[in-house]
Amino acid sequence: MREITTSWGRVTHAEHEVLRPSNREAPLPVAAGISRYLPRGAGRSYGDVGLNADGALWDMAALDRFIGFDDVTGVVRCEAGMRLAALLAIAVPRRWFPPVTPGTKEVTLGGAVANDVHGKNHHVAGTFGRHVRRFALARADGERMVCAPDENPELFAATIGGLGLTGAIIWIELQLRRIPGPWLEVETIPFGSLGEFFALSRASDASHEHTVAWIDAMTPGAPGVFSRANHVPGEDGRIRARGLRLCATAPFNLVRRPALHAFHAAVRARHARRRTARRHYDGFFYPLDGLADWNRLYGPAGFFQYQCALPASAGPEAARAVLDEVARSGECCALGVLKMFGDLPSPGLLSFPMAGPTLALDFPNCGARSQALFDRLDSIVRAAGGRLYPAKDARMAGDFFRQSYPGWRELARRADPAISSNFWRRTTEGAQG
Amino acid sequence: MRRVLAIGATSAIAGAVLRLMAAKGDSLYLVGRNARQLDAIAADLRIRGADFVGHETMDVNDTAAHGAMIARAEATLDGLDLAFIAHGTLPDQRECEDSAERTLAELATNALSTIALLTPLASRFEARRAGCIAVITSVAGDRGRASNYVYGAAKAALGVFLGGLRQRLHGAGVAVVTIKPGFVDTPMTARFSKGPLWTKPENLAPAILRAIERRKDVIYVPCFWFWIMLAIRALPEAVFKRIKL
Ligand SMILES: Cc1cc2nc3c(=O)[nH]c(=O)nc-3n(C[C@H](O)[C@H](O)[C@H](O)COP(=O)(O)OP(=O)(O)OC[C@H]3O[C@@H](n4cnc5c(N)ncnc54)[C@H](O)[C@@H]3O)c2cc1C
Ligand SMILES: NC(=O)c1ccc[n+]([C@@H]2O[C@H](COP(=O)([O-])OP(=O)(O)OC[C@H]3O[C@@H](n4cnc5c(N)ncnc54)[C@H](OP(=O)(O)O)[C@@H]3O)[C@@H](O)[C@H]2O)c1
Repeated sequence: MREITTSWGRVTHAEHEVLRPSNREAPLPVAAGISRYLPRGAGRSYGDVGLNADGALWDMAALDRFIGFDDVTGVVRCEAGMRLAALLAIAVPRRWFPPVTPGTKEVTLGGAVANDVHGKNHHVAGTFGRHVRRFALARADGERMVCAPDENPELFAATIGGLGLTGAIIWIELQLRRIPGPWLEVETIPFGSLGEFFALSRASDASHEHTVAWIDAMTPGAPGVFSRANHVPGEDGRIRARGLRLCATAPFNLVRRPALHAFHAAVRARHARRRTARRHYDGFFYPLDGLADWNRLYGPAGFFQYQCALPASAGPEAARAVLDEVARSGECCALGVLKMFGDLPSPGLLSFPMAGPTLALDFPNCGARSQALFDRLDSIVRAAGGRLYPAKDARMAGDFFRQSYPGWRELARRADPAISSNFWRRTTEGAQG
Repeated sequence: MRRVLAIGATSAIAGAVLRLMAAKGDSLYLVGRNARQLDAIAADLRIRGADFVGHETMDVNDTAAHGAMIARAEATLDGLDLAFIAHGTLPDQRECEDSAERTLAELATNALSTIALLTPLASRFEARRAGCIAVITSVAGDRGRASNYVYGAAKAALGVFLGGLRQRLHGAGVAVVTIKPGFVDTPMTARFSKGPLWTKPENLAPAILRAIERRKDVIYVPCFWFWIMLAIRALPEAVFKRIKL
């Protein structure tokens, strides 16, 4: 079936032949006349890592079965198309939790490995890839192998953060993390400057498993709200069975300046004082999942997320420079998130996090104006020795990618010759080798 | 906790319903023709909460095997509360037009095999004076259309058969549920391009399970298909034959 696929930011889309493997033992399906393939998870990446124009996608959604679940050790094996939401539904009542979770439970496990995702606990748990014990990888030519730190270790490393290029992950064995219950004790602390944020973060690293800050990047000085949390015991609560869904794309961008100023002011007013509250994991980790397809709020032009990681030494200054540039530009930044990554290494070849601050900023697509801002931000990030997150990117220059991810050459060598993506072609074509 | 015999258990629609049953702790006996797929599905359903999952392989066209299979299911589950029949194939209509053999084979899989299964099942449930039989037919059985009338005829035959069975078993306290899905995105329909009327199996499953639990007679899933089919059935044949559908 030929289908048009849009990425989460809705800025880029491509037409593909879509193939749907549904039997984990069968070879990956191929289509006549198609020479390039790419696995697809839940399409939660913002840019073009999940697109493959004029090629085919292996939509992994039907490979979503549990294979094994050890209640005692917390080791789960399941097919790679399973969404985190399905894993949570089974694991939490048994008091296990994903070791690392991104800000939405609608990602697949395969997608989480391929982008080596991080969560609010990066400073204590590192990336998702650290908790993957082994996985099965299928290549377009029918070859199939199990990869683990001690079995096909090169492909294990290349596949974690490998952007789907080494083959389709068929199943994954993951070490879950014990939790005392579905609740977290969450402390929210307002701050007025980046300096305060860095101090709060440093002070919380040892005491709190989850730390993250929301920032108002449209106000000079970037005030915000720091939150830190730990899992606490408690009974299973009822989680909302189904939130709301935005069932049509807004005819124009609804995420505009006056609404945003009001929204940011409201958030800050609500968190004007330090507070501690008990929150269910669903509301704490996945606030945006309450409104399915919220990306349609941005209208037909879509939006960008600019996420950079900055090294520990130059990071604080560079983060300040990025935020100053955003505030000065007058562009609408709908959502700003700031976190300090820790220094736990990832087993992956192309993992995004590095010890130091990471900033994630959402902007409606305002064409050339947005691009000009991103280019200015890029020069700050580059000068500081930072990098951008491929899962969120739809525009970075190829040489920036190649310079900031030196592992790309090794990935190119390990990649399945029949697999490619828009992102990969955009950033490496002409520079192969 | 229900004891469920599911025939055509590797079907995508049945699979979604079975997951809901597993979450409720039901005991399941799965029947399909692919042993490895059944193994994988059974392991998944156990982890999702099923109290027990057994399975066996059978081609539904092997009618001689039906009786022993039903007896094994009943023995394994220590009784039966629900028989859920979901298997089916969507024939290539053009191929059927060129081959009576093909047409009869499709009628066998989509109608005769199910009728053969329902015959002993009905007697068992009638004798126990309890339980439920649920069968997936299709909106395609509501009216013959040029594009798929072989499939439609099979589903229509099932519809009439199930109607009669429902009347017969009503007095015995046995429910007969006819489930008519509209367009569902499954391996069966992989080759069609999908418009706004299409649904995913996981979105249908809750309505199917609810219909079974409430012992409904005939349901359309999603429910808007009731209105679409009402309109389609209302068209006089003289008009209908001129439309391309
Ligand atoms: C609201 C929201 C919040 C987010 N928060 C975070 C966050 O906190 N931290 C973070 O790290 N990320 C975050 N993300 C990004 C998201 O976690 C990643 O983009 C993730 O990889 C998406 O997974 P997916 O299943 O949707 O994969 P897709 O977006 O469909 O694919 C992503 C990549 O994975 C590859 N892939 C998918 N499945 C397989 C497979 N089975 N085998 C091999 N390759 C495969 C694809 O080829 C592609 O390159 C967020 C995204 C959203 C929408
Ligand atoms: N999808 C739709 O749009 C739609 C609409 C209305 C009604 N339906 C009906 O819904 C039911 C389920 O279909 P689905 O959409 O879930 O498609 P599906 O996933 O393709 O399931 C069909 C199932 O029937 C099984 N089957 C076919 N022939 C068989 C045989 N001779 N013996 C044993 N099993 C056999 C298949 O087994 P294998 O896995 O071994 O092939 C498969 O599991 C069918 O009755 C179908 O007619 C579907």
